[in-house]
Amino acid sequence: MAVLDIKGVTKQFGVGVRAVDGFALTVGDGELVCLLGPSGSGKSTLLRMVGGFETPTTGSITIDGEEMINLPPERRPTGMVFQSHALWTHMNVFNNIAFGLKLRRLPREEIRQRVDAVMALVGLGGYGSRQTHQLSGGQQQRVALARSLVLEPKILLLDEPFASLDQHLRERLREEVRDIQQRLKITTLFVTHGQDEALSMADRIVVMRDGKVEQVAPPAALYREPETPFVAGFIGTMNLIEGQVVDGTFARGTFSVPLPVPDGPAVLAVRPEALEIVPTSGPAVAKVHRVTDYGTHAIVDLELPDGLRIKSMVADARAWMAEQAVSLKPRAFAAYRDNHVINRTSAAS
Amino acid sequence: MAEPVLIDRPRADWTGIGLAIVLTLVIIFPLVVVALWAFTNVWRYPSILPQEFGLRYWTQTLSRPDVWQSITTSVSLACSVTVISAIICLPAAFAFARLQFPFRSILFFSFIAGQAFPKFGLLVAIAGIFLGLNLIGNFWGVVLIQLVGTLLYMIWIPVAAFQGVDRRMEEAARDVGASPLRVFWSITLPQAGPTIGAAVLLTFVNTFYETEGAWLIGAPQVHTMPILMISFINNQPVIQYGAVLSVILWIPSFFALLFARRVISGGSFARGFGA
Repeated sequence: MAVLDIKGVTKQFGVGVRAVDGFALTVGDGELVCLLGPSGSGKSTLLRMVGGFETPTTGSITIDGEEMINLPPERRPTGMVFQSHALWTHMNVFNNIAFGLKLRRLPREEIRQRVDAVMALVGLGGYGSRQTHQLSGGQQQRVALARSLVLEPKILLLDEPFASLDQHLRERLREEVRDIQQRLKITTLFVTHGQDEALSMADRIVVMRDGKVEQVAPPAALYREPETPFVAGFIGTMNLIEGQVVDGTFARGTFSVPLPVPDGPAVLAVRPEALEIVPTSGPAVAKVHRVTDYGTHAIVDLELPDGLRIKSMVADARAWMAEQAVSLKPRAFAAYRDNHVINRTSAAS
Repeated sequence: MAEPVLIDRPRADWTGIGLAIVLTLVIIFPLVVVALWAFTNVWRYPSILPQEFGLRYWTQTLSRPDVWQSITTSVSLACSVTVISAIICLPAAFAFARLQFPFRSILFFSFIAGQAFPKFGLLVAIAGIFLGLNLIGNFWGVVLIQLVGTLLYMIWIPVAAFQGVDRRMEEAARDVGASPLRVFWSITLPQAGPTIGAAVLLTFVNTFYETEGAWLIGAPQVHTMPILMISFINNQPVIQYGAVLSVILWIPSFFALLFARRVISGGSFARGFGA
């Protein structure tokens, strides 16, 4: 249906504050791309620039090759769903959804049919005459989604749409939204700061930090092959261990592991599930601080002699107890220097 | 094991009851006395209740042409002032709420100046200017002076109303294709409506009961109802004339209250004051 192309977009607020800095991204036809990052990383600003609510300082945003930069929001083929729902509280559900169609002066009967169809699509059939304050948070979010979908936008923009909902509802809605998006094959840009949301919904994830792209990758690759320590630490749980490489060996205190890279500082990134621990009677590399039993597995919190805390995932909590001395055997890890990967073990974990 | 549940029996709230009694005495009692007087034909000392109830003084009061004249004057004054004030103030309020311009906050707070100084001194000074402009004893002169008194309500409350409208709601309307003007008509105005309605109501009622400006600028030609009432109370030996006029004067505020309860839902009035 539509391709969104963002090139060299920078947004400067005031002097020297760059909310978005030289951002480039192409969202393919029917693709769902997540912008993921901590608050203040510029992801919402970027989305608002695509929607037309902010003007980029420099750069170009095209939809199907057509330049959007100078078009006001009402003339862009984009549909935005806001975090706060932003429903018009003086209209009922039907009128909220029908407003955009009425602006287009469509025949009454067609408006009714299209609104009914989209209400059925988002699971709100029969709710047309309800007032917005009579709806639950999840239903309000469905109205907001229906309001955008009914206009059949080329690009759907979702700005943390589930942030105000509780965990259970959030999980259900994101599955539904993903289903609808795939059924309609609508090109979608989705902003979130929740990694679960990004990992479960996106075709590709853009991790943003300080207005810049850290990494663009499908969810699986992002989890398994993070390109920077920031991405490694942001997606899932990751032990980041800073140390020195001397003669092909990475070392921090009494912990060491072979690392065939040139001498210098390095950051070792190991997932808890890839960090094996072994009881030791010799000199302790780390000692057990706490064991948390999750039933299916357990997380052992470890403390290195210099105070660094790291985590290891083990199968059975009962095998470990506090103050126990252990040595560390990372099965798979990546090493970073100057914000780039310098080594990655391909060992199966 | 289930804990026994202790139910706190509500105790008599003596502070609340005391306050209610004091308020009743201070507010309701004088009103009852006035209302009693209005429907009294004969009430002589030392009787606690009137000797004879009746509508004699209503007939007498309502047959006076100056009473009808003052009703017409008061209603047309209050309507004119409210409409003109809305035309001037609502766009200004929108500008204060949404636009950035130099001296914005100084201008915004300048509206309180009209209320911050002793009003009478201000009015006398303005009367001096109006005398030279031939606006003394003139209907439009009174409109002008009463407009000054409405500025505060008609600017400050709508500013809060416009600021209270969720900008995302407006953006959502732009997003589905509404022009900025359409957004204002279909989203901003309906959202701010109840609070603005409250401001209009306040303006109307306040203008209707305003006496100082109307008297100082309007005398001797323009007689509003409150002024006529004051002159009845001061100059007539018969108490009932003033009382009947007072009761008639309650009518607009009674309707205003009814209207307010219907239109102003769930605290938008309080929201107008930034609560």
